[in-house]
Amino acid sequence: MVSDRSKLGFYLLLMPLLLWLVILIILPHIGLFVVSISEKVGVREYEMGFGNYAVFFNEPLYWRTFARTAFMSIFTTVLTLLLGFPIAYYIAKLTRGRTKTTLFLMCLIPFWVSELVRTFGWMILLRETGVLSNFLQNIGLVEGPVEFLYNDAAIMVGLVYTSILFMIVPLVTTLDSLDDSLIEAGYDLGGSGLSILREIVIPHAMPGIVSGCIVVFMLSLGNYLTPILLGGKDSLWFTDLIYTQFITRFNWELGSAFGFLLLGLSSAVVLLGLRLSRQSLADTMGR
Amino acid sequence: MTSTADLVCRDLTKDFGDFRAVDHVSFEVPQGSFFSILGPSGCGKTTLLRMIAGFQFPTSGDLLIKGKSMIDVGPNKRPVSMVFQHLALFPMMNIGKNIGFGLRQRGVPASEIKTRVGRVLERVGLPGIEDRQVDQLSGGQKQRVAIARCMVLEPDVLLLDEPLGALDLKLREHMKIELKTLQAEFDTTFVYITHDQSEALVMSDNIAVMNKGQFDQVGTAKELYYEPANAFVAGFVGDANRFEGKVTAVNGQIVSIVTAGGVELSGQAITSVPAIGQRAQIFVRPEAIELSTTPLHGAENPNASERIVDSVLFNGANSMVILRDPKSGETIQVTLPQTGVFLGLTKGETVYASWNPTQARCFEMAAH
Repeated sequence: MVSDRSKLGFYLLLMPLLLWLVILIILPHIGLFVVSISEKVGVREYEMGFGNYAVFFNEPLYWRTFARTAFMSIFTTVLTLLLGFPIAYYIAKLTRGRTKTTLFLMCLIPFWVSELVRTFGWMILLRETGVLSNFLQNIGLVEGPVEFLYNDAAIMVGLVYTSILFMIVPLVTTLDSLDDSLIEAGYDLGGSGLSILREIVIPHAMPGIVSGCIVVFMLSLGNYLTPILLGGKDSLWFTDLIYTQFITRFNWELGSAFGFLLLGLSSAVVLLGLRLSRQSLADTMGR
Repeated sequence: MTSTADLVCRDLTKDFGDFRAVDHVSFEVPQGSFFSILGPSGCGKTTLLRMIAGFQFPTSGDLLIKGKSMIDVGPNKRPVSMVFQHLALFPMMNIGKNIGFGLRQRGVPASEIKTRVGRVLERVGLPGIEDRQVDQLSGGQKQRVAIARCMVLEPDVLLLDEPLGALDLKLREHMKIELKTLQAEFDTTFVYITHDQSEALVMSDNIAVMNKGQFDQVGTAKELYYEPANAFVAGFVGDANRFEGKVTAVNGQIVSIVTAGGVELSGQAITSVPAIGQRAQIFVRPEAIELSTTPLHGAENPNASERIVDSVLFNGANSMVILRDPKSGETIQVTLPQTGVFLGLTKGETVYASWNPTQARCFEMAAH
């Protein structure tokens, strides 16, 4: 009787999650997959087949953009980790009390405005008539105006800026849980700063590093706004190709196939990363 | 003596802003001895230990290990190792890697690390556990691994920061003996800090009692227990009944006082004898008080008084009885004699207590 009722409660509480998963994630993906394996042979005439996927592999522009997106996302992740780790270490280990809260809040403040506004902020800084260009001219370092926008470096800056918080948060959490006496013990036993970082701090922070990297990588790979606004016409991003297929070309079949390829890519890279860092997904997400 | 001392502190002082945590502390620890620093929490003993380890820098004073000043030497370059309060074993490494950590930092070849780790584990009585993980060990085993991790580096001085605090009572009693044995086995200088007086009394060759940043007394366990230098040491080391009152008579070193409740008692003043009319306190050990079922009078039974049993605290060999003075209501603790004569005492019974004034210590009280 009691167990029946508690079972009912369990399923009722599970319902929102199940509805979310089935209606918003699983069903659309099934639909998307069905669309992606339909080839258009005539007006409202479709045949099942993997022709859309073949188009991707036969057209160099598509798979080169795909590889470029993957490579740049990985590079963004590495860059974010290298920048975020010292910040997280400083917040977690070298400050306490109100300073810690303030610093943490300062990392969060940029996220109070939308990504679009933040990206426009970067455009104001980096464009030909922007702040940085004018500054360099004023101090006499360059002759004429310099365009910093519309290249890969600008995309990288935007992506790192957008995603660094998602690296810092898990890192601060794991570094916080590292007992200071372990670091002191490392020094006491003759360790140098570098060997303690390598043998004690990083192994301890590994779950945080991996979960931060997964989130940042996925955010960068699936980002649309930042690469389009900061990269301009010359810097293609794979999400832009998907958008073009769906909206401009009205080729939903090919767009769906691209979407599935992107899903496959992100899953593959995440699994590879987990394998290389010898972490399990449960370990990383459980913390 | 100075040339053989492993650790010498000279006028060591540490300020945190306005607060002076360690106040002009000077001491020497001879090679191969077990030195304890005993004090209540907040007395500055941890700060002192962290200065010796190199995690904190003294405001003034000098610190020498084997005759060399350590003031400008970082913690990773000092010939001292520390066993942390919660041991600080590295959970990301197995036992072998934990113990080999220090040797790896020194660039010792891998094959030599392996033999030295094996040897030190044998010496602490845990051979062949290199491949186990830290969380697979019991509390006592972790303790020994933590000591092995330090001892494998053959430090001149081993610092221990209340390492027994986290253990349960039974294991703590066992580890006290084991630590002493290990210290004799390695023949290394141990500096041990604790707030638990029984740990210090059992293990140490020499004990320093620390209070408010200063050493109140340095001596052997026996000296601290029987000849406390001041009221703080008398009250902190071992159990004692404390009485406070006005001095009414002084006879050589024997001082008599009358407490607020009107009880007259006497004790011996060793350091400085208070004058009549001054306020003073007398400390009497529970085991120094004799009990009798018949009234005691006369010069051979000083400090004799009639008392009523308040409660009997049975604890095997350490059984105590709490006695109340019928007039003032003041209570004293008395250890029951081992002969078992008084085991039948019940609440409300009348007994007669007395003690020899030479076994009680009298100290004058600072004027407020």
